[in-house]
Amino acid sequence: MSARETILKNITANKPELVELPSIDLNAVIQYNDLVQQYKTVLQSIGGGTVELQDLSSLKQELESRKANGDFVVNRIAALGEVSDSLVSLTADELAAVDTAYLQGTVAVAENGAIWLYESQMENRLLPFICQHLVIVVERRNIVPTMHHAYKQIESAKEGFGVFLAGPSKTADIEQSLVIGAHGARSLIVYIIG
Amino acid sequence: MNVGLFIPCYIDQFYPNVGIATLQLLEKLGCKVGFPLNQTCCGQPMANSGFASLSKSCDKNFVSNFRGFDYIVGPSGSCVLHLKEHLHDEQHPGEAEHIRKHVYELTEFLVDVLKVEKLNASFPYKVGLHNSCHGQRGLHLSSMSERNLPAFSKPQQLLSMVKGLELKMPSRPDECCGFGGTFCVFEEAVSVKMGKDRIADHANNDVQYITGGDTSCLMHLEGILKRNGSKVKTIHIAEILNSNA
Amino acid sequence: MSHNSTLKHAEAAAQFINDEPRTNWHDETLWFVRQKRDKAAHGLPEWEQLREWASQIKNHTLSNLDNYLKEFESKAQDNGVIVHWAADAEEHNKIIYDIIAHHKIKKIVKSKSMLTEECGLNEFLHTKGIETVDTDLGERIVQFRNEPPSHIVLPAIHLKKQDVSDTFHEHLNTEKGNNDPQYLTEAARQHLREKFIESELAITGVNFAVAETGGFVVCTNEGNADMGAHAAKIHIACMGFEKMIPKAEHLSVFLRLLARSATGQPITTYSSHFHKPREGQEMHIVIVDNGRSRQLGRADFRNSLKCIRCAACFNTCPVYRRSGGHSYHTAVAGPIGSILNPNIDMRANADLPFASTLCGSCSNVCPVKIDIHDQLWKWRQVLVAEGYVDTTKKVGLKGMAFLLARPGLYRFAGKMGRGIMRFFPWIVNNKLNPWYKQREMPAPPKQSFRDWYLQNKKQ
Repeated sequence: MSARETILKNITANKPELVELPSIDLNAVIQYNDLVQQYKTVLQSIGGGTVELQDLSSLKQELESRKANGDFVVNRIAALGEVSDSLVSLTADELAAVDTAYLQGTVAVAENGAIWLYESQMENRLLPFICQHLVIVVERRNIVPTMHHAYKQIESAKEGFGVFLAGPSKTADIEQSLVIGAHGARSLIVYIIG
Repeated sequence: MNVGLFIPCYIDQFYPNVGIATLQLLEKLGCKVGFPLNQTCCGQPMANSGFASLSKSCDKNFVSNFRGFDYIVGPSGSCVLHLKEHLHDEQHPGEAEHIRKHVYELTEFLVDVLKVEKLNASFPYKVGLHNSCHGQRGLHLSSMSERNLPAFSKPQQLLSMVKGLELKMPSRPDECCGFGGTFCVFEEAVSVKMGKDRIADHANNDVQYITGGDTSCLMHLEGILKRNGSKVKTIHIAEILNSNA
Repeated sequence: MSHNSTLKHAEAAAQFINDEPRTNWHDETLWFVRQKRDKAAHGLPEWEQLREWASQIKNHTLSNLDNYLKEFESKAQDNGVIVHWAADAEEHNKIIYDIIAHHKIKKIVKSKSMLTEECGLNEFLHTKGIETVDTDLGERIVQFRNEPPSHIVLPAIHLKKQDVSDTFHEHLNTEKGNNDPQYLTEAARQHLREKFIESELAITGVNFAVAETGGFVVCTNEGNADMGAHAAKIHIACMGFEKMIPKAEHLSVFLRLLARSATGQPITTYSSHFHKPREGQEMHIVIVDNGRSRQLGRADFRNSLKCIRCAACFNTCPVYRRSGGHSYHTAVAGPIGSILNPNIDMRANADLPFASTLCGSCSNVCPVKIDIHDQLWKWRQVLVAEGYVDTTKKVGLKGMAFLLARPGLYRFAGKMGRGIMRFFPWIVNNKLNPWYKQREMPAPPKQSFRDWYLQNKKQ
């Protein structure tokens, strides 16, 4: 018998009697009076920054001037200008040099500062992790209270990869001192539009 | 109501004053109290060490001593919890069940059954309260710092009725003292370290007494306090609640 | 990195406590993490409800686990993932080695996986000449030091920054004596980025495997799991089969509980959802038993399989905080380890369920409501029945049981004992009495309570 057969046979023999799944009642979960304020407060507490804008024009200018400056920036937001679409062909070594990546977020979660990114939004899975700094744009109306609401709004398994990303990377592994910028991005700024 | 007084073995042998205070307190509060003369122990020391299978005779003895009472009350959270969860007698299952359902630790009996609202007690000292684990987490004598549930405390409720008592809670309100039954000798280093840390926590509040509902905890803390020449004394909550005006 | 398994918990703990200031520091550091967890838990009014949902979802999953595993495998395969099954640690290690050898790879990176610790993967690969770099910062530090992690979430919690500074000076050429965490982390970042970029194969753990989608989720704060997996040509994800949950929507419950319970954060920086290999990549999942199906069959202990490895129980345990993870001599220490490990090896781990006062704090912080302290008590009964207990203890407790069943004998022994303590205290107050090492014995009264009662009350 293969390991698979043995394991499954043992589980079938040893599992307890079937019990029901609970039903998750969204009325029982926390609500926030001001979703944007909650989101901003939490993101700040985990090392990220937020900027509220009516529209993308100022960000567009910033991106253009950074490009003009010769900074290695990668843009994946169509409304901000030309979108890099050959990222898939870049090696890890090349991507490591990316200073800032501009990404479109799908939904943002007020309770924990997280933003959902689909693979198609980053094009290269390594990009949001390897770049030095991250900028994510999210629409105000797409800020939801909790993870329950977020999962309802996305199809987490639609693509080969997706991530809830909350803040810049960090570690407290050295005597519990918080250091921002472990392996992933050193900073995260979220632009809330609308 | 007739109440059977359960005096844990180590209180019977080493801290009879706790038993005396418990008896006097229950009588002051109007209970008719009987003390079965052939009781020995609840069986917890064996059971917690993995020898629950050996405590059958001890359990039988307990059932035969305590059957026939409306309530059984004892000044020990850990012993009472053990009885509630593990007392069995194959020959007299009904009696064992009755005992399990009617055995109470002292403070829970006073608050939940006698519904005491005032006491004629006076204890004008600074007192630190130690929340003994089995009473607190097992018998729900008070709310627990880990849980997100409404706050309450039966021991504190009773202590607030004592004239002159200044209650001080330690900064870690429900950390274990380290006694743990045979743990106190088989893991001596950790046990004593835990006890020392509890004492240091109370010392920060300059208390004169440390009290609680379990003499096992207090005996362990007292052992450390005395070894270190401390002026702080331990006292069982029954003795405080029974102290005279 | 394997443990020195010759020292039992009590002896190892006594050695740990010998350095009292350091013990205080270790205790306070972990208590602070417990307090952060409390703040996070008390900040969600629905916290207790969340725990109940998580507990019930896991209870349900265990009761239908075979079907969920089949569903998971089928979906994962449809997604182009290669699924392997390993009955035990040896098979797990062999499967991974075969993949590495097949591709003629010599260097790999690994993010945190307690399962691979449990299986002794690093040592095994080392014997085969494969360089394994642990990329979680805490794990890299202990790897340099040739020690095992002491905590499943905070692997280097037992080390001070000076220790890390010395280690990095030795292995990474950082400035001698510079123990600034920022400086040291930056050095690790640069060093590990090289490793990520040059590695062709990455191993990750699995926090949650979703039956409905065939996908799995990996949670990190550092981003190291992703750095490894997305740069490597081959990604191997290792999971104990109990990591399964039924649907993607259930991730909301667990992701809301996991980081809050572990460190007090509302969520880890990255919660990465893997479904398909990227274009040109090979993705493998290794599903491991290694005693879990046997635990599933133990009615008293199967709830331990609900564990999501948050380590909240470690942080709250007053014994763990004062003895350190290494004194548990296993990959998973703390209270949860003490109910999982006896199933893996009863003889070697017979001391662990006794490394506890049964205070019950662990059960209260467990996000999936495992009755840890009740299971510790039950394991004690099993271990004694199987004969894995010291003779001294056995003799002592049999004697106690004999005495306490006989009222007359009990009274006689009590009177004798007190008499001896009063008139010949040196018989008891000496080095042979472990109580007496650091505590005074209770004062022996002349009368027992019963004596007083007979004298004063009995009509």
